[in-house]
Amino acid sequence: MALLKKSSIWIAFLIALLGLPLVFDSILAISILNQMVIAIVFALSYNMLLGQGGMLSFGHAVYFGLGGFLSVHALILIEFETMVFSILWIPLIGGLFGLLAGIFIGSFSTHKAGTVFAMISLGIGELIAASSLIFSSFFGGEAGISGDRTFGPMFFGFDFAQNIEIYYVAAVWAFIATLFMYLFTQTPAGRMANAVRDNPERAEFIGYSSRKVRFISFCASGLFAGIAGGLFALNYEFITEENLNAATSGRVLLMAYIGGLGYFIGPIIGAVVLTLMNSLLSNYSELWMLYLGIMFLLTVMYLPRGFAGFIMMHQIAWIRGNMKLLIKPYIITAIPALLFTLCAIALIEMSHIEDEVFHYLGLELNPASPITWIVILAVAGGAFYAVKRSLVQLNDAWETANAIPKEEEA
Amino acid sequence: MLEVFIFATLNGLVTGFLLFMLASGLTLIFSMMGVLNFAHASFYMLGAYFAYSLSLYFGFWGGLIFAPLIVGVLGALVERYGLRKVHASGHVAELVFTFGLAFLIEEAIQFFWGRDTKNYQTPDLLDFPLFTLFGQEFSAYRGFMMAISIAIFIALYYVLTKSRVGIIIQAAITHPQTVSNLGHNVPLIFMGVFGMGTALAGLAGVIAGPVLTTFPGMAAVLGSIVFVIVVIGGLGSLAGAFIASLLIGLLQSYAIASDVGMPDLLNLLGISFDRSHPLNDLWTMNLPQIAPVLPYLLLVLVLIFRPTGLLGKREE
Repeated sequence: MALLKKSSIWIAFLIALLGLPLVFDSILAISILNQMVIAIVFALSYNMLLGQGGMLSFGHAVYFGLGGFLSVHALILIEFETMVFSILWIPLIGGLFGLLAGIFIGSFSTHKAGTVFAMISLGIGELIAASSLIFSSFFGGEAGISGDRTFGPMFFGFDFAQNIEIYYVAAVWAFIATLFMYLFTQTPAGRMANAVRDNPERAEFIGYSSRKVRFISFCASGLFAGIAGGLFALNYEFITEENLNAATSGRVLLMAYIGGLGYFIGPIIGAVVLTLMNSLLSNYSELWMLYLGIMFLLTVMYLPRGFAGFIMMHQIAWIRGNMKLLIKPYIITAIPALLFTLCAIALIEMSHIEDEVFHYLGLELNPASPITWIVILAVAGGAFYAVKRSLVQLNDAWETANAIPKEEEA
Repeated sequence: MLEVFIFATLNGLVTGFLLFMLASGLTLIFSMMGVLNFAHASFYMLGAYFAYSLSLYFGFWGGLIFAPLIVGVLGALVERYGLRKVHASGHVAELVFTFGLAFLIEEAIQFFWGRDTKNYQTPDLLDFPLFTLFGQEFSAYRGFMMAISIAIFIALYYVLTKSRVGIIIQAAITHPQTVSNLGHNVPLIFMGVFGMGTALAGLAGVIAGPVLTTFPGMAAVLGSIVFVIVVIGGLGSLAGAFIASLLIGLLQSYAIASDVGMPDLLNLLGISFDRSHPLNDLWTMNLPQIAPVLPYLLLVLVLIFRPTGLLGKREE
C-alpha cells in the first residue's frame, strides 16, 4: 500500500511528461517542452551537488557540455557508419562521459567543500571553456560541431526527424534520470551526502570519509549532467563552447536556487519556470534578462528556500486545516502587489522603447508625455503603500494559522 | 628580444597594479564578511560607465573623482540593504546573492547604456608618449595608470596599518565582538569597508575604461581573473593579493608577448608529428594562444597543492 502511494506520484509524473505534448501540440510548445525536460535533468543533477551535497559549483556546465560534445561526435560516427547503434542510447554515452569527467575532476576537487571547492569548480570551468577554443578539432572552435540524428537505425519505424519524436525519447530519459536521482537520495550514499553537507566533522567521527562521500555525489552528478548534455545534443543536433562556459553554469545555479535547493522538487520547478520565462518572455520584451535578474535577487533575499520552500512553508497550516485563514489575506496582498509589478514593468519598458506609442495590456500609452509617467508612478506608489499596509494583516493571519492550538499546548 | 621583454614587463606591471586595485577590495571584504563578492568586477564596470557619462559633462578628471564615489555609495547601499539581509541565510546564500547581483548589474548596464562599446577616451592632457624605447612608445596614460595604482597601494597600506581607522578595521576583522564591546559600530565598519572596496573597484574601472574598452562584457573579462588572484594569494591576505596580482599580470603579459610554443619544444626534443595526428591542436599550440588559460591553470594547481594560497593562513 505504501509502495502504491509512493509510486503514484511517479506514475502521475510520467503521465504528465507523456501527456503534455498532446495538450500543447504547437511547434513552439514542443520545442519549449524539449528544453524543459533537458533543463529538469540538468537542474536536478546540479541539486545533487549543491542541495544534497553542499558543494557550490560554478562550473557544472562542464559535464553537461562534455557529455553533449561526445554525443554529437557519436552522432557523427553513426552518420558515417563507423558505428551503428540506435540514437536512443546517445544520452547514455553523454552520461558516461560526464561520469568519466566527474571521476577525473572529482578525484582532486572534492577534498574540501565550501569556498575551496567553489573556486576549483570555477577554475576548471574557465579552464575547459577556454581550452575548448584551442582544441578545435574536438570542440569545433567557436562554431561548435553539429551532427544529424536521422541516420541511425529506425526504431519501430521512427527516424527521429521530428521534434516530437525526440521529445518522447527525452521524456523517457528524463523520467528514468529523475527516478534514479530520487532513488539516489534514498540510498546510504545519498543520506551520507546530506550528513556531510550539514556537518562533515561529525560524519568523519562516525567513520565516513567525507571526501569519499562528496566524491560519490560528484560523480553521480556528473553522470546525470552528461545525460542532460546528451539530450541537448539529440534535440539541437549541434553544440558549441557556449554550452560549457560560465554562463550555462550560472543558469543552472539560477534554476536550482530559484526553484528551491533543499527540496527534490525544487529544481524541477525552477527549470520549468525559467524555461518558460526564457521562451515566452523573450517574445514580449528584450529586457527579460533584466527581469530575471531582479526576480533572482528578490528570491535570494525574501525566499531563501526558493519557490519549493515557499510552498512547503504552508505545510503546518495545511495539516492544521488553517489554509482558509490565509486565502483572503493572500488575495488582499497579491492584488496591489501585482498592480505594483505591472506598473514597475511599464515604467522600465517605457524608459527603454523608442516608439511613440507603447502598447501595454491593451492600453496605448504615450511615453513622451509626462502625464503618463506621473499617473503610473502614482498608481505604483499607491499600490506599494497598499502592499505595505496589507502585510501587517497577512502577518497576523500567518501567526494564527500556524499557532499551536490551546489543548495541544497543555 | 630585450625590447620585447622590457615592454612586456611594463605592460605586465600596469595590468598587475590594476588587478591589485580590484583584488585589494575583494580580499578585504572577504576577510571581514567571509564572503567572496562575485559582483566585485561589476562595480569596476559601473565605475567605467559612470566615468564615461560624467566625462561627457565634466571631462575625464570629473569622472575620475566622482565616479568612484558614486560606486562606493552604491556598494555601501548594497551591503546595507542586500547582503546584510541575506547574511542570515548563510554563506551559500550570500555567494549566490552576489552572483545574482553581478548578473543584474550587467543587465542594468545594457539597459541604461546599451550593448555597444562606449567611446570613452583617454584625456588629451595625457595623450603623449611618456618615453620612447627602441623606437617603441610607452604612452603617458599607462604611466598615469601605474602612478595612480601605486599611490592607492601606498595609501591603503598606510591607512590600514598606521591610522586609527585602519587599526579598528583590522581588529574588527579578527575580533568583531570585542570591537563591538569597545563601543565601535561594527556593522557600520563593515558597510564602510564594503563601500571602500567597491569604490576602489570603481576607480580601477575609471582608469581602465579607456584602455581596456568600456563595454558590457568588461566585468566578465576581469571578474574571474580577480577571483583567481585572491585565491592564489591566499584568501584574506592583502600581501598575497599584491604578489599574485603582479604575478598574474606579468605572466599573462609575457605569455602574450612570447612566440614560443609546442613546435619549438618538439623541435628541441627532436620529435615531429604528422599534421593529421589526432592531437594536432596540442602539438601546434603556442604560448600566446594559451595565455588566457594560464591563470586558471595556476589556480587549480594552487588549490590542489596548497589550498590556502601563497600567503593564506592555515584553515581551522
